Amino acid sequence: MTISPALDRGFREAAVALGLVDVGFDLVESPVGDLFVAVSERGLASISYDPEPEAQLERLARIAGPCILRSPRSVDNARRELDQYFAGRRHTFDLTLDLRGLPPFTVSVLHELALVPYGETTTYGTLASRVGRPRAARAVGTVMNRNRIPIVLPCHRVVGAGGDLVGYAGGLERKTALLTLEGAL
Amino acid sequence: MHGVAIPPFELFYAEHRVEVMRLLRRRLGRERAEDAFQETFLRALQAYRRLEHGEHLRAWVLTIARNVAIDTLRRARPAGPELTESAAEDSRPAYEELAALTDGLPQKERAAVVLRYGYDLSYDQIADALGSNEDAARQAASTGVRRLRRRITS
Repeated sequence: MTISPALDRGFREAAVALGLVDVGFDLVESPVGDLFVAVSERGLASISYDPEPEAQLERLARIAGPCILRSPRSVDNARRELDQYFAGRRHTFDLTLDLRGLPPFTVSVLHELALVPYGETTTYGTLASRVGRPRAARAVGTVMNRNRIPIVLPCHRVVGAGGDLVGYAGGLERKTALLTLEGAL
Repeated sequence: MHGVAIPPFELFYAEHRVEVMRLLRRRLGRERAEDAFQETFLRALQAYRRLEHGEHLRAWVLTIARNVAIDTLRRARPAGPELTESAAEDSRPAYEELAALTDGLPQKERAAVVLRYGYDLSYDQIADALGSNEDAARQAASTGVRRLRRRITS
């Protein structure tokens, strides 16, 4: 026995409309592969290159509560802005972010990261200096590596002091693709 | 210690929806099972964040489904003296009945009444759903109820 798609969709829409969902998520197609996108009542909570949601869901439940449901409508805004970004028509995102549960150092690094303009790159050391911890380049690298909201928080724009791409949690191919899209390479 | 962790609702829903549907179809038939299915999982979702652990979730959701089935059957019968007192106490109007009853109320009041009395949501949940605040939600529900009362008694 199966549940009809219309019934399934109806339940998901009603749940969101009634405000019963802590986090809505869906997959968003993109030129760098399907993205797992999750939005809480506070804002965009996660973007992941791993389209298998199960591990993401457990992690989100610890942050935002267990009422997590797949629901295309919840991610409509994020989907639209990501589509525009990948089409080259959007250079900054107007999405509220949910950074709950992150340590203060991470939050301050991410705030600086958000200021790095489209099409430009910066270095781990520069970001470290901007948050007043000039010797913490390595710690900044760790923050980039664990960035819960890549693309929107543009950790792909952070490169090594010598201009090497260095690394990217989503793989160097994706970092190259994003920087190429932005005309930075 | 907290016992078994509560799984994300998506996983809980994926695991139990077929069995819930099977139970509801057996008791209500194919057509009425559809509404009851939605109501079962909305009730479960509404109570989900108040769960203290993730044990016996299957038994829990099947109990909700059975209660929804009972409510559905009770609603289908004309209310009469055969209703026991305790049954009458529980026979809160279901959300779809309330939706019909409140047809014609201003939109905000209607939503507040349906969410409060059909879905049993708290005022702060209603405020969230309507993008307003708790006082406004309470006000909208009470104005809506007064308006309904006038309409029924006049």
